[in-house]
Amino acid sequence: MCTLEKRGNLFVLTLTGDDQHRINPKLIGDLLSLLSQVKAQATRGSALITQAQGKFFSNGFDLDWAQAAGSQQGTSERLLHMVESFKPVVAALLSLPVPTIAALTGHAAACGFVFALSHDYIIMRRDRGVLYMSEVDIGLTMPDYFNAVFREKVGDASVRRDLLLRGLKMKGDEAVKRGVAEAAYDGEGEVRAASVRMAEELGKRKWQGEVYAEIRKGLFPQLSATVGLGHKTIATPKL
Amino acid sequence: MCTLKKRGSLFFLTFTGDDQHRINPNLIGNILSHLSQVKAQATPGSVLITQGKFFSNGFDLDWAQAAESKQGASERLRQMVVLFKLVIASLLNIPMPTIASLTGHAAAGGSVLALSHDYIIMRRDRGVLYMSEVDLGLTLPGYVNVLFREKIGDALVRRDVFLQGLKMKGDEAVKRGVVEVAYNSEEEVREASVRMAEELGKRKWDGEVYAEIRKGLFPQLSAMVGLGHKRIANPRL
Repeated sequence: MCTLEKRGNLFVLTLTGDDQHRINPKLIGDLLSLLSQVKAQATRGSALITQAQGKFFSNGFDLDWAQAAGSQQGTSERLLHMVESFKPVVAALLSLPVPTIAALTGHAAACGFVFALSHDYIIMRRDRGVLYMSEVDIGLTMPDYFNAVFREKVGDASVRRDLLLRGLKMKGDEAVKRGVAEAAYDGEGEVRAASVRMAEELGKRKWQGEVYAEIRKGLFPQLSATVGLGHKTIATPKL
Repeated sequence: MCTLKKRGSLFFLTFTGDDQHRINPNLIGNILSHLSQVKAQATPGSVLITQGKFFSNGFDLDWAQAAESKQGASERLRQMVVLFKLVIASLLNIPMPTIASLTGHAAAGGSVLALSHDYIIMRRDRGVLYMSEVDLGLTLPGYVNVLFREKIGDALVRRDVFLQGLKMKGDEAVKRGVVEVAYNSEEEVREASVRMAEELGKRKWDGEVYAEIRKGLFPQLSAMVGLGHKRIANPRL
């Protein structure tokens, strides 16, 4: 499912295995538990890299599990359950007291894309893998917090329209050009190396974690509110 | 006024006649009636193209002024502003992709009408997008502010369009993210619009889902023009 390693100051959260890393209640539980550990062990200079093995970062919610409910109503209910359950993952990432990087070496679709976007930075491959909101093609509407993530993270209205209303499959170079990803590299190895480099650069700033998290939440006020986060003022500068 | 034609899965809403296609209660009624028909006949794969030789030069200020008193003119203008909200609501809610195919100027209300579509294709050699209100001495209705804010992310573009009365030609509109693409002639714009419509139509999107996702992109505007939203959670796999 997923593992957490600590390498020096870096926390590395890995979605393991060659599958699509579909987001279901089990994975959500694991993610919450591991993010909780990161929060508890974080110190100044820490950073989180979230990555995955195989062809997918994540292909979104576990629709097979939803459909295994055996009825249209049951499917809807399971789907809505996952939608609600994933909100705390977004909340945990938004309030994590360390910089966060999503290192995408494979596709990130639907909730998988939202998961990636819930990080501070996205680094992805340019030669393989796409960012894709599949909902319009599958016939699903967007949960409120999905819309909030895009509205507050992707500034360009045309990009949001292309991603959500047109089901655009966005590759690395376009993602960088249009302001969705930080950087794109050729090959899995380069993405991982670049993510570590970036995490180390950010770590050198030795930001006070609580302050960092508050500033981050302030950047995404609607999203923070939608996923149930409050905020606080910290007014004791280190000078 | 305006006509509605269907060609395969494409709906064409066309402003007819050589005039400025000024938006007045008659034209608004016409548009609303046609959009209603489009909605009723929609199927997965449908697309709407709105076009006209001269797209529209905005509200019918002549009709407003014919009211014979300043108060009467204000009242008529206010009436059109309120009625026009219904057109925007209708377009926001329409269960198919929409393309504004501009082969001529789109000013004031005409600009708003164009922007109420999912995509804009325009000419690069002729025609401008122009919010004339600052030059005419008219303030902007609340929903126009919200529309521009949610459709055009760049604050500097909004400033130039509203506060400077910028007349934006095709190339600049593309560059600054206001329109999709610009072409060299009326013919090319029409062909490109049909091509794009066919591309979008091939995706055979569920119209109801499409409309809900669209409204989710423009939540403040949707609320302002009186639209609610619903959740659809039955994926087709």
